[in-house]
Amino acid sequence: MKFREPVNVLLRNARVLDPSLERDFFSDLLILEGRIREIGPELNLGADLLSQVQSLDLQGKWVLPGLFDMHVHLREPGEEYKETIESGTRAAAAGGFAAVACMPNTKPVNDSAAVTTYILQRAREQGSCFVFPVGAISRGLLGQDLAELGELREAGAVAVTDDGRPVMNSLLMRRALEYASAFDLPVISHAEDLHLAHDGVMNEGPVSTMLGLRGIPRAAEEIMVARDLLLAEMTHGQIHIAHVSTAGSVRLIREAKARGIHVTAETAPHYFTLTDEALMTFDTVFKVNPPLRRPEDVGAIKEGLADGTIDAIATDHAPHSVLEKDTELDLAANGMIGLESAVPLVLGLVREGVLTPLQAAAKMSLNPARILGLPFGTLNPGTVAHLTVIDPELRYILDCNAFQSKSRNCPFHGRQVQGQVLLTIVDGCMAFTRMSP
Amino acid sequence: MPFKRKDLLGLRDLAADEIEHILETAFSLKEINTRSIKKVPTLRGKTIVHLFYEPSTRTRTSFDIAAKRLSADTYSITGSTSSMVKGETFLDTLKNLEAMHPDIFIIRHSASGAPHRLATRTPVSIVNAGDGMHEHPSQALLDMMTIIEKKGRLDGLTVLIVGDIAHSRVARSNLLGLKKMGAHVVACAPPTLMPVDLDLMGAEVCSKVDDAIPHADVIMVLRLQKERQQQMLLPSMREYSVCYGINRSRLERARRDAIIMHPGPINRGVEISPDVADGPQSVILDQVSNGVAVRMAVLYLLGQRDASRALAQREESA
Repeated sequence: MKFREPVNVLLRNARVLDPSLERDFFSDLLILEGRIREIGPELNLGADLLSQVQSLDLQGKWVLPGLFDMHVHLREPGEEYKETIESGTRAAAAGGFAAVACMPNTKPVNDSAAVTTYILQRAREQGSCFVFPVGAISRGLLGQDLAELGELREAGAVAVTDDGRPVMNSLLMRRALEYASAFDLPVISHAEDLHLAHDGVMNEGPVSTMLGLRGIPRAAEEIMVARDLLLAEMTHGQIHIAHVSTAGSVRLIREAKARGIHVTAETAPHYFTLTDEALMTFDTVFKVNPPLRRPEDVGAIKEGLADGTIDAIATDHAPHSVLEKDTELDLAANGMIGLESAVPLVLGLVREGVLTPLQAAAKMSLNPARILGLPFGTLNPGTVAHLTVIDPELRYILDCNAFQSKSRNCPFHGRQVQGQVLLTIVDGCMAFTRMSP
Repeated sequence: MPFKRKDLLGLRDLAADEIEHILETAFSLKEINTRSIKKVPTLRGKTIVHLFYEPSTRTRTSFDIAAKRLSADTYSITGSTSSMVKGETFLDTLKNLEAMHPDIFIIRHSASGAPHRLATRTPVSIVNAGDGMHEHPSQALLDMMTIIEKKGRLDGLTVLIVGDIAHSRVARSNLLGLKKMGAHVVACAPPTLMPVDLDLMGAEVCSKVDDAIPHADVIMVLRLQKERQQQMLLPSMREYSVCYGINRSRLERARRDAIIMHPGPINRGVEISPDVADGPQSVILDQVSNGVAVRMAVLYLLGQRDASRALAQREESA
């Protein structure tokens, strides 16, 4: 990472949310040399130490373990005009994220140790947060031959997926689940039956009918969720369902968990915030895959988050330039950026009473880290500090022109929101701050 | 009453009184088309550009005749002559043409919503001449004009639309317009060609054409494209013709005064049999004639925009 100066900071009067200890309490928090040294009420440092630390009175603002986004597209290598590892991780840090897992649909595809190594090297040199590459399931994302999963793991890949495309061949998915288990690699499923999706551009329903746009039925997702749950059950592999968007998927995953299948799932803020009605203006910023669904799906996603069916909230940050987006809806690329709008939208769920603050913290830090087997999501004294300070009250209007991301395809631009990231500490260093010293 | 809109994009946007206004204007302009000198100076000095990104003969010719009968200058850019093949985006093409100061763009595009997005990006008036599977407002207006001409009204009539509803912008625009004007719309198609939740748009949905025919005052037959067979939507064109084609024997169950409409081009022997298309109940060619009148009305009303805006400003300052 590009930051090399560990901080000495005393955070006073924080509301500390530590999902690893399931604790939500008011406290001071001392970071020395980039390590969390002490957590406790009204810490007494003594004049000597106090003079060496930067002291910030948080007045009840929240301190969470550094957020972890397990689903982003950084576009490097190959599409640096959309995003780079440098700009994408800068956006991540500004959005409160201390770590991201990046999808393999780069150019070239991350289906080899060489590409994984390249990504990690760029992240070390230019990153503002940790980057964990996710490798491809199939060579070239072509859905035919297995990629070299063992080598990918060796080089540093933390999971495998063909994200952006489904693995249509059920036998290949079976083999991936079996083979990846030898390397403790979770398999992330982009659940979409391409035949049923049939070049659709939005959710199939009353809005697609009204607008004369080809619809993607919810069953296109649910059939593949069901298939992958069955394959996970059969192989005892570790399946993770990406970007859950429908009520039916939530129900299937809930039932599978109840039956003891090893499955985890994520959703993205747009799936609990927006519906397909947004497409009424034909604005391509709302074109995303899976598509925005119906209000009843939004309700089911919230229930799934509340009851633990959905473990994690990931952004599916998918930067595109005007070249891909300023075009007819039929031709426009799928995807939205999300890193710098996630926190206020998740806080919306907290204000609605869907999630407790601690649950929200878990779904954005501890849970995704656990799914990928990484030691993040804790504020334990003695550990290197990765933490995020959030003002949960601040109201403002989201302005994507002020974002760190290179791209502007933010569906929440102009939206009145509440809750802002003030400070992100990554690897003991200041990665982002809005607080004056 | 001045027409306040910059664009004509679809029937979804229009209120009933606006539809009436356009149709009344069309009825009053229709007479021009039967004069020996078929030209009035109403739009003299106005520039109209046709941008057709999808093949069309009838609609483009109809708009062109309408514009010329109002003395507008017209230019035509079609898919093959456009720079789209050279890689220029549609928006760039539009912006380049815009720099030449036209007054109205008439746009046909294969992507639903393309004219709507462009309308937000240009001060030039846009007329949607058909966008994807979304809307075809001038077609629905000419259909409504024809129904009024033959039936005297729209309110209270039952209009049966039969055919490939799922892929039809004609069906969508007619459904939206006819509902606003008080008609009852029945949509009939094999379930594979019926879009989901069409009932939420106000249509009565059915899949058995013989049950629907006896109640219809108007039977609007849609064109069936041959590709539908390859898309697993239909077993064969032949079977469609047998099960859904409007033919003489099927029409015996219809009201004697029911009229038969078709937006063209016709697949004779597929969705409609030749004797029905050419028979006494068919008003298909009246639709074509009214198409010119309706398009004259649309261009006339949008062409007044500058004048009416100037007028409004003058009234404000007075």
